[in-house]
Amino acid sequence: MNGKVPAKRAKSEESNSGGNLDFVTMTIADQLFGIPVLQVQDVLGHQRITRIPLAPPEVAGSLNLRGRIVTAIDVRLRMGLAARPKNKPEMSIVVDLRGELYSLIVDSVGEVLSLSNDDFERNPATLDQRWREVSTGIYRLNNQLMVVLDVSRLLNFANMEAA
Amino acid sequence: MDDLLSEFLTETAENISVLDVELVRLEQNPNNPELLGNIFRLVHTIKGTCGFLGLPRLERVAHASENVLGKFRDGSLTITPVAVSLILKSLDTIKGILAVLEATEAEPPGDDGILIERLNALAEGREVADGSTPAAAAPTPAQPEPIEFDAVPEPEPPPPPPKPQAATPPVPVAKPAKAEGATKKDGPGQDLAVIPDLAEEAPAKESAVAAQTIRVNVDLLENLMTMVSELVLTRNQLLQILRSQKDSEFAAPLQRLNHVTSELQEGVMKTRMQPIGNAWAKLPRLVRDLSHELGKKIDLQMLGADTELDRQVLELIKDPLTHMVRNSGDHGLETPSERVAAGKPEIGRITLNAYHEGGHIIIEISDDGRGLAIDRIKAKAIQNGLASEGELAAMSDQQIIQFIMKPGFSTASKVTSVSGRGVGMDVVKTNIEKIGGTIEIKSAAGKGSTFVIKIPLTLAIVSALIVECAGERFAIPQISVVELVRAASDSEHTIERLKGTPVLRLRNRLLPLVSLQHLLRLERPEGVEHDDSETFIVVTQVGTYIFGIMVDRVFDTEEIVVKPVAPILRHIGMFSGNTILGDGSVIMILDPNGIASGSGDVSLAETSRAEHASVQAAKADDRMALLLFRAGGGSPKAVPLSLVARLEDIDLASIEYSNGMPVVQYRGKLMPLVPIDPGFAVHGEGRQPVLVFADGDRSMGLVVDEIVDIVEERLVVQLSADRPGLMGSAIIAGRATDVLDAGFYLTQAYKDWFGSAGTEAFEEDRTHRVLLVDDSPFFRNLLTPLLSVAGYSVTAVESASDALGLCEAGEDFDVIVSDIEMPGMNGLEFAQAVRGGSRWQDTPLVALSSHASPRDLDRGRQAGFSDYVAKFDRDALLYTLSQTLSEHKGAA
Repeated sequence: MNGKVPAKRAKSEESNSGGNLDFVTMTIADQLFGIPVLQVQDVLGHQRITRIPLAPPEVAGSLNLRGRIVTAIDVRLRMGLAARPKNKPEMSIVVDLRGELYSLIVDSVGEVLSLSNDDFERNPATLDQRWREVSTGIYRLNNQLMVVLDVSRLLNFANMEAA
Repeated sequence: MDDLLSEFLTETAENISVLDVELVRLEQNPNNPELLGNIFRLVHTIKGTCGFLGLPRLERVAHASENVLGKFRDGSLTITPVAVSLILKSLDTIKGILAVLEATEAEPPGDDGILIERLNALAEGREVADGSTPAAAAPTPAQPEPIEFDAVPEPEPPPPPPKPQAATPPVPVAKPAKAEGATKKDGPGQDLAVIPDLAEEAPAKESAVAAQTIRVNVDLLENLMTMVSELVLTRNQLLQILRSQKDSEFAAPLQRLNHVTSELQEGVMKTRMQPIGNAWAKLPRLVRDLSHELGKKIDLQMLGADTELDRQVLELIKDPLTHMVRNSGDHGLETPSERVAAGKPEIGRITLNAYHEGGHIIIEISDDGRGLAIDRIKAKAIQNGLASEGELAAMSDQQIIQFIMKPGFSTASKVTSVSGRGVGMDVVKTNIEKIGGTIEIKSAAGKGSTFVIKIPLTLAIVSALIVECAGERFAIPQISVVELVRAASDSEHTIERLKGTPVLRLRNRLLPLVSLQHLLRLERPEGVEHDDSETFIVVTQVGTYIFGIMVDRVFDTEEIVVKPVAPILRHIGMFSGNTILGDGSVIMILDPNGIASGSGDVSLAETSRAEHASVQAAKADDRMALLLFRAGGGSPKAVPLSLVARLEDIDLASIEYSNGMPVVQYRGKLMPLVPIDPGFAVHGEGRQPVLVFADGDRSMGLVVDEIVDIVEERLVVQLSADRPGLMGSAIIAGRATDVLDAGFYLTQAYKDWFGSAGTEAFEEDRTHRVLLVDDSPFFRNLLTPLLSVAGYSVTAVESASDALGLCEAGEDFDVIVSDIEMPGMNGLEFAQAVRGGSRWQDTPLVALSSHASPRDLDRGRQAGFSDYVAKFDRDALLYTLSQTLSEHKGAA
C-alpha cells in the first residue's frame, strides 16, 4: 500500500523477500513513472470527462467507471509539467485511495515490470521539489530511470489547499 | 405476533449474543472503558424496551444487572470473574424468558428474586459468596440454562397460556397467539412441567422470529445497485439502437427487458430507502406508556413521516430518536399541575418533524416543556469534574448545554427506569456523528427545547432539473426550484441591468439574478457561441431568499441518486454532490444554499444558521432587498424592492398634465407621476428614471434622479422622520439613508389607493378593529397606514405579551394579525396562548411571516392561526382580512 516500503526494506529484508516489486509503468512527457501494481484498479483509454468548475486546475473532472464516480487528475499539471498538447492521446490509471477512486491521466501506460530492490535509490536531493513531494524514489533500469509515484502524496494537494 | 414484540425479540436476541461476547472480553480486559460503556448501553436498551413493552420480570433482571454494570463503570466496583459470571447468568435468565415470550407472547411466571438479590448485593458491595463458585452460592444448579424457571412460581403473576405444549414441536411460532388475557387465568396447573422444557430447548435453536427476516450487508446492496445502474445504461443503449431500426424482431423482447429493468431498479432502490415514519412507528405507544408512567399528559405530533431516508441511516437514528423522545417526555415536559401553574396548556406537546433541506435531512424533536436547566447542568459539570466554575462562567449558555452530550451526564436528580443514567445523549451524539450528521440544541427556559439533527443525504434519491451553461450540464435539486422563466428579446420577460447587476421583472417584482457562468467561472469553449438573445432563468428559493439562476438551456427533470463528491473537492461549496445520469455521464449537483451565499455579499448560509439561534432569528428575518436611489439631493434614499413593480425610464417630453398633475401615457393608461423632490420641475429634455408602483390595473410613477443599487440589508429604522413621505433613516450599505414611506406617495397619487381593495370586500359600516402584533417598527409603520387606509381601525403592539395584556385589559378585536418570528413569545406560542382558552379564543388570527412554505403553513394552522400571509404581500393581506372577517361573520 505504501510506496515507502521499498525504501525502508531495501536493505534489511532484501534477502528474505526476494526483493522484487511489481510496478505498472507509464510515461508522462517522455519520463517513465511507476505505481505499485497492487494499487492499480484499472487502465483506461480516453474517457468522457465532466469538468468540475472551481476545482483546482489539476483536477481534470470526473468520469463514470461502471457506475462509480471517479475523479480524474491530470498528472502532468500536478507534476508541474506543461499541459498535454491537444492532439496527443491520453490514458488513465485508476487507483483506490481510502475507498475513493481516482483516475490519473498520463500520456501512455506501459508494461508491468518486476523490479529488484537492488536497483532502488532514494530521490536525489537535487530533484525538483514538486517531484520529490510525490515520489518515493527512483529505480535504475537498463536504459532509463523510473520514478516511483506515491499515490497518497500525489492526491494530497487539495487537502493542503483546503486546510 | 405484535410487530413491536417481534422486533423486540429480534433486536434483543442480537444484543444478547453481542453481550455474551463482550462480557467475556471484558473479563479479560477489565480496564477497557469503551467495552464497558458498550455493554452498559446494551443492557440499558434491553431494560428500557422491556419497561415499555410491559415485561416486568425481564425489566427487573435487566435493571439489577444494569445497576452492577453502572458500579463497574463508575469504578466503585471491581470487575471480578464472580461478578461477570453473575451478569452472564442474568443474561441466561433473560434468554430463557425471551424464549418463552417468543412462543407464548407472555412472560413466564417465575421469580428471579434470588438472582436479583445477589446482583443487588454485588452492586451494594456486600460480600457475594466470596470465593465460592456461583454454583455453590446459588441454590440452583450450575448449568447455564435459565435455572430460575425451576423456582417456585409466585402466586400473583398470571400463569402462561394453556397451550405451551404446542411449543414443544420444533416450530413454536405464535400458535397460542390470542390466548392471553382471560384464558391465562385458566390452567395454572399444567405449565410447571412444560416451562422448564421450553426454556431448555429454546436457547439450543435459533429464534424463530429472528429467522423471518434476513440481514444483508449494505455493501452487497450497494454493489447490487451499481450493477443495476450498469444494466440500466446498457438497456438505454439497446433502446437507442432499436429506435434507429424499424421493425426489428428485438422490439418485443427489448420492451420486456426495459420493463423488467425498470422494476428491478426500483426494487433495488427500495431496499435502501425507507420513510422515516417506520422509525417512528413505535413512538406513539412509547409516549402513551410514558405519559401513564410519569403522570403527564403528552401529545405527540409527527410531521413529515414520509420523508425517505437511507435504510442504514434510518437504523442508526432509530435509537437516538427513541431516546430523545423519551428524554423530552421525562425531563422536558412538566407535570400537568406545573404546566397549569406556568400558564401553559395542561397537555405537553412533543413534535417530531422531518424534512429535506439543502441536501440534508433535518429532524427536529421539540417539546414545549421547561427547557434545559442551565444551572443544573453547570452544577453537574462541576460535580463530574468536566469544567471548573471559572470556565463555566466564561461559557455561553449554548456551550454549557453541550455538556449534556458527555458520557455519564444526567441532570435528573433521581434515577428512574425511564432515564437518568446519563446513557441517552452521548449515545445519540455518537450514533449521529457516525453517519456524518450533526446535532444542535436550542433551549429557552420555560418554553421548551428543540433538538435539530442534520443528516447528510448520502444516498437519497432526489428529483433534479438538468440545465446547461457554457456547454456543461448541471443538476439543480427540484425541491428548491420555484419556477422556470424564459427570457428572450421576443418574450415578455427580458433581463435588465442595474449598474451591471442583472435583474428580472417577474409579476410586479424585481428578481435578483445570478449568472451561473459567472459564478462558476465557466469559460465558453471556443467556437461555441452562446446566443445571448435567449436565457433561461431558474427561479430558486433558499429559505426566504428568492433569486434566479441564469442558464443557457433547460433539459428535463431526472430522478438522481446523490453521491458525495470526492474528498479533494469537498471544499467547493457550490456542489452538494454528483451523480450519474441515465446516459452514463457524470454531472455535478448544484447546491442552492452555496449559490445563494456565493452570489453576493449576503451570507445566506449564515442567515439560515442564525435562524437556529432563536435570539437572532427575528433580526435576521428583517433582511430585505432594498432599492437605493437618489432624489432631491441629500442622503440616498431607499425603498423595499418588493414594493416596486417596475423601473422605467421616461422621456420628459412625453409628460402631460391632467388636472394639474403630471401624468404620462403608460401601457395604454394614464399614470400619475409624483416627484419626490417638491422642487422638481417637470420640464425640459432628456430622460428620467421612475419607480413604478402598481396595484391591480392602476399604477403610479415616483420620479427620482438616479437609481443607485439594490442591496440586501437588515433594515433598522433608527431615526424617525417628521417629514411626511419618509419613514426615517437607516444605515444601508454603510451610509445614512432615508427610508421612503411608499404609502405616503401612493396616497398622493390616488387618495383611495389602499381603499379600493378593502371597501369592495365588505359593505358594512362598522369599522373593523385589527390588532397588529409585530416586533419590527418598520412593519408596524408600513402596515398601520396601509390597513387604516383600507378602512380598518388598527392597534399596533410590539410583542405578544403586550397583545395578551390588551386581552386581559378587556379590549376586543375583530381580527388579529401577528408576526411569527418575534423575540420573547413568538407568534406560534402567541396563537396557542390565544386559542388555549383566552377571551379571544374565537377571534380570527392571521399569521404574517417571511416564511411561507407549506410546512410553515401547517405549523401555523396547528398553532391556531386561521390563515397565513407572506410579509410584503399587501394584496394578499387585505384579501385575507376581508375573507377571514366575512367567513367569521358567516360562521358566528
